[in-house]
Amino acid sequence: MRMNGAQAVLESLKKEGVDIVFGYPGGVVLKLYDEVYKMNFPHILTGHEQGAVHAADGYARASGKVGVVFATSGPGAANLITGIATANMDSVPLVCITGQVANPAIGKDSFQEVDVCGITTPITKHNYLVKDVRELPRVIKEAFFIARTGRPGPVSVDVAADVFNTEFDYEYPETVKLRGYTGDYTGDAAEIDAAVAAMEEAKKPLVFFGGGVTSSGTSEELRAIVERLGVPSTSTIMGLGCMASGAKGYLGFAGMHGSYGANMAIQSCDLLLCIGMRFSDRVTGRVAEFAPRARIVHFELDPAEVNKNVHADYRVLGDLRWSLPLFKEKLLASHTDFAAKHEEWLRHTLQVAEEHPFSYQEDGESIKPGALIRKISALMDEDTIAVTDVGQHQMWAAQFYEARKPRQFLTSGGLGTMGYGLPAAMGAKLACPDKKVVLFTGDGSIMMNCQEFATIADHDVDVKTVILENHLLGMVGQWQRLFYHHHYSASELKGKRDFVKLAEAMGLKGYRLTKQEELETVLPKILAEPGPAVIDCIVPQEENVLPMVPGGKRLDQMVLGGE
Amino acid sequence: MKKYLLAVLVDNKPGVLTHVSGLISRRAFNIESISAGYTEEPSVTRINIVVSVESENELDQVVNQLSKLIDVIKIVNLSKAPSIERELVMIKVRATKKDRADLVNIVDIFRANIVDITPENVVIELTGQQSKIDAICEVLSEYEIVEIARTGAIALSRGPIPVKRM
Repeated sequence: MRMNGAQAVLESLKKEGVDIVFGYPGGVVLKLYDEVYKMNFPHILTGHEQGAVHAADGYARASGKVGVVFATSGPGAANLITGIATANMDSVPLVCITGQVANPAIGKDSFQEVDVCGITTPITKHNYLVKDVRELPRVIKEAFFIARTGRPGPVSVDVAADVFNTEFDYEYPETVKLRGYTGDYTGDAAEIDAAVAAMEEAKKPLVFFGGGVTSSGTSEELRAIVERLGVPSTSTIMGLGCMASGAKGYLGFAGMHGSYGANMAIQSCDLLLCIGMRFSDRVTGRVAEFAPRARIVHFELDPAEVNKNVHADYRVLGDLRWSLPLFKEKLLASHTDFAAKHEEWLRHTLQVAEEHPFSYQEDGESIKPGALIRKISALMDEDTIAVTDVGQHQMWAAQFYEARKPRQFLTSGGLGTMGYGLPAAMGAKLACPDKKVVLFTGDGSIMMNCQEFATIADHDVDVKTVILENHLLGMVGQWQRLFYHHHYSASELKGKRDFVKLAEAMGLKGYRLTKQEELETVLPKILAEPGPAVIDCIVPQEENVLPMVPGGKRLDQMVLGGE
Repeated sequence: MKKYLLAVLVDNKPGVLTHVSGLISRRAFNIESISAGYTEEPSVTRINIVVSVESENELDQVVNQLSKLIDVIKIVNLSKAPSIERELVMIKVRATKKDRADLVNIVDIFRANIVDITPENVVIELTGQQSKIDAICEVLSEYEIVEIARTGAIALSRGPIPVKRM
C-alpha cells in the first residue's frame, strides 16, 4: 500500500496492537503528529518527555504489553534518557520513537540535533537510526519483537525527519529475521534434573525470586513449587506480588531494608533457589559473605546474569516459562517427602521472622508512615496497583503495602529514579482502567515530575496520590542522621510548599491529613471517591526506615528498629 | 592477567561498532586490541578482540555480555581452539647512513621488509604473532623510532571449519 513514513509508523503500531502512545511533539515530528491527528490515534500529551517515558513504563509494567513513546529530536530525545535507563535496569519493554534531524542535516550540529543512538547505546536492549523509509516497517517489527521477547527491555528507534514525509510501498513483515537473536530461550532439561537432585539433598532450602517471575508471568508455577517444597521464600523488591503477602512461608522481601527474617534465612540456608533475579548490591549486602552456607541454584534467562555478581553452583539457563513448569513436574514426581524434610526449617525461619517484623511506634498524634501505608493497603482491594517513587516512602511501601498479585507493585528498583511515580501511576491506570491505582510518593520525589498532575487532570486519570510529607529528602536525611553527624546538607525542604494548592492549581482535588485519627475518619472517604486526588500526609521528620543493612555490611548485620 | 583472542561475527550494519565498543567500556572490560573488517559474506563483519582478563569467570562475562548484543551473530574464543594468529606492524625508524646496514640485518633476521626509504628514515613492515612484533619493537628501540602503527591481532581457525560453523 502506498503511504508516507509517518503513516507507516502508525500503521505498524496498529499491527503491533498498540492502543495508546505517550509523547510530546516538536519540529521534526510534526509530520508524524499530523498523521496522529488525521488517524485520531490515541495519544497522551504529557507535560515533559520524561513524564511520557515513565508513563509508558508504568503502562508496560501494569499490563505486560510494550509501552510506546514519541518525542522530537535533540532535547525531546535527551529528556527520555532517565526513563529509558529506568526501564532498562528493570527489564521493561518499551519502544521509543524519536524524530532525528533530516538526512542532509545529520552530523552537522544542526538545530535540535543529538546523537540518539550514541546516547542510548548503553541503556537500551537495542537501537536503530532509520535513514531510509523502506527500512521502517522491518525496523519497527524488530523493535517490538526485541522489546518484548527474551529478557524484555527498551528499544530506541530514531527516525530522520525526511523519512516521515517520503512515500513508499508499505508492507509490514510477517516475521522477524535476525541472525544473532531468536528470542527463543529453551534450555537443557539435564540442568533441571541437577536442580531437582540438589533440592532432594538440601536440608534447609530457601526460595528467592525476583522480577523475572513478574515479567515471565510464572507466579502460579512459583507458588506451586514453593507449596510442593514446603520451604520458606523471599523476594527482591522487583518480585513483590509474585507470592501473595501473607502466603505460607513467605518472609517478605530481602535486602538492605528487607525483612529480618528473610535476611537471616538467606544467611543460614544450605541451598538458595534463585529464580529470575540478578543479585543486585541492594539485595546481597556484602557480596563476599552473601549466603555463606548455601549452594546456589540459579534459574535465569540471561546467561550474562549467571556468575556476574554471585557464583552459582547449579544453573538452569532458559525462559522461566520453559524451566519452571518442568521443574514443578519433576518435583511432583520426586519420591522425596519435601514437606516433612523441611518442616523444622520452615518453622525455625518463621519463628525468627516473627521476632522482628516490620514495625513502627504510634504516638497517638502524628501519622506514622507505616500506619498510613498499612491502612491504605487494608482499604484497597486485591486488584489495586500500588506505585511508588523513590526514597523512604518507597521502602515503607515495600514493607507495609501488601502486594497480592504480580504487576501490582510498580517501583523503580534498579535505577532508583525519583520522579518515576506520578507518570508511571498514570500509565498504569490507563493500561488497567478497571483497577484502582494508588501512588506513594514523598515531598522530594513528587516535585520531580509534578507537571504530570496537569496531564492526570486533563484526562481525568483516577490516580490517588499519597504524599508522605516530612519536609526532608527523607532517605538522604536518614543517611545524614546515621552516618554524617546529622548534617542535613541540602536535604531540608523548608515547608513552604502547599501540595493542596498545587493540586488545585493543576485541576485536581487536594487534601491534607495531619493527625493519626484522620486515617480512620477522613482517609477512607477520600479513597472511595471516584476521580483523581492528591492526599498530602504530614509525617514526622526523624522517622527511620528500619531494619537496615548499612552499606558494606553482611545481611545478618542489620540495624533493627527500637520497638 | 591472561589474553584471549575472540572472533566476533556481527551484522554489517551502521552502529554495530558503537554497540560493541560501548559495551566494552561500560562493563570496564580490558581490551588489548580491536580490529574489524569485511568477510566472505557481505552482510557480515568480523571483529577481532584481544581481551585481557583475571579469570575464566571474567572471560565468560565478556563473552556473555557481547552475545547479548542483538547484532552479534557468533563469538568464538580462538585462543581455545587450534588457530593461527597474526598482527601487522609498520615502524618508521630514523636511519642515517651509518645505521642503515644494521637495520637491514635486523629486518633480515626477523624476516621483515623495508617498504619505504628516504635519506632520513626507513619504514619496516612485519607480520607475525604479537610476541614477534613486540620483540622487533624492542630491538628497534635502540634506534630512534619515529612512529609505530599496529593492526591488532587477527586469527583464523586451523582446519576446514570456519568460525561461523564452530
